Amino acid sequence: MGNLDAEQIGYSKKVMEHFMNPRNVGVIENPDGYGKVGNPVCGDLMEMFITVKDEIITDIKFRTFGCGSAIATSSMVTELAKGMHLDEAMKITRQDVADELEGLPPRKMHCSNLAANALQEAIKDYKRKKGAT
Amino acid sequence: MPVDPRVLAFAERYLKDDFGNPFALYSLALAAKRALEEARANVAELLNAETVASIIFTASATEANNLAIHGTAQRNIGKGKKIAASAIEHISVLNPMKELQKSGFEFSLIPVDYTGIVDLAQLRELVTRETTVTSIMYANNEIGTIEPIRELSELVHERGQYLHVDATAAAGRIPIDVQADGIDLLTLSANDLYGPRGAGALYVKPGVKLQPILPGGGQERGLRSGTENVFAIAGMGEAARLAKAEMREESARLQRIRDTLIREILKLEESYLTGHPTQRLPHHASFRFSRIEGESIQLYMDTRFNIQVATGSACSSKTLEPSHVLLAIGLKHEEAHGSMVITLGRSNTLEQIPAITTAVHETVQRLRTLSPL
Repeated sequence: MGNLDAEQIGYSKKVMEHFMNPRNVGVIENPDGYGKVGNPVCGDLMEMFITVKDEIITDIKFRTFGCGSAIATSSMVTELAKGMHLDEAMKITRQDVADELEGLPPRKMHCSNLAANALQEAIKDYKRKKGAT
Repeated sequence: MPVDPRVLAFAERYLKDDFGNPFALYSLALAAKRALEEARANVAELLNAETVASIIFTASATEANNLAIHGTAQRNIGKGKKIAASAIEHISVLNPMKELQKSGFEFSLIPVDYTGIVDLAQLRELVTRETTVTSIMYANNEIGTIEPIRELSELVHERGQYLHVDATAAAGRIPIDVQADGIDLLTLSANDLYGPRGAGALYVKPGVKLQPILPGGGQERGLRSGTENVFAIAGMGEAARLAKAEMREESARLQRIRDTLIREILKLEESYLTGHPTQRLPHHASFRFSRIEGESIQLYMDTRFNIQVATGSACSSKTLEPSHVLLAIGLKHEEAHGSMVITLGRSNTLEQIPAITTAVHETVQRLRTLSPL
């Protein structure tokens, strides 16, 4: 079978570094916010847990089912968002994540770059819960 | 697959010294012409073809598949405008068929069971007198399943016209006898026999009528015009000769290694063999693992362990669809995403198996700790 190395399928060194050594993997018990996006049928599913103190994301964890870029973008988003104010974190876009990773192959931009959305869902969840109390 | 060093040593003189155009009459051309005919004889021998002349060299297996399908469907249009293929054929069989479908041919896709064996009852229904070409691969490259070609050939010939067999994955791994198997057209690739890229071949049974898809100067009995790639073809011939000479011993050796590998990998929980448990290519092991995705498996195995595996996951494909083969054997999308194929070759040894097994176990377990499923 073919020898598909990372260069050939177009992953940057940064993507590979995050894929091989993802940051903030895991689960937060009783998180202040929780977001989940994607679908195993499509091949990508990610969930994001956040702890919030004074509107700052003090802890963040993720778990992802998916390809190299799905895992790398999840890791990158957690790194970007940790310590950030919620309003700032809400503004992180898919493009920001891709840029921080020194780019993603074009066909990966759409399907495997959902991490920013997972973070936004977690923030919305936090705000919903806060509004309710 | 690398070029076998013995193949390279044999064929390189056709790049360096004996570089004549075999179509010409000067002395350099004679050496090239001899090389072509020697290669043709070796390929014919590998397949037990009736005559040496029944081998047509092309530039690739893809071209041979296209020639077989377009060539017979167009040439025999008077007999009918139906064509058929198994659902697990290579894309270079399915796409020419789909193209013919657009130009008015009726194209039937014959389903397979969960092990990948062609559904005989469906074949009986779908192949009729008007079906000019039915394409069924000898063995599948993604799941390793070997089709019961002799039985299928009888069924096809009771009903339709020609049986085309893509033997790209099977050739050199298991014995092929085009006469005993009842095959009308058969595709081979040089690079899947440890030969160089740039050569393929189509066996055409004497009497089978087909027309060229590349008209021109009339090389290869007029069926494939274009100056022959003598280096690649000579290499293919030598590769075929070595494959024939070494197949029995080499396939038995690889099968022993492969069986150990399968046994060890299946010790992982929620791991499954895909394809047929016994009717499979001797060097081929294919799996799926729950809750993880194949491109990640491939990347991690390569980066961390320098072991190259294949996958039918959507994320590794250009279309972002999972492999049609895995869907055809009834896997759900999320199951097909977790697929991994390991093929063994001449350089692999039993001593490597513990390291490969450990690598697979570690990769699967690591990706599962990342997975929310």
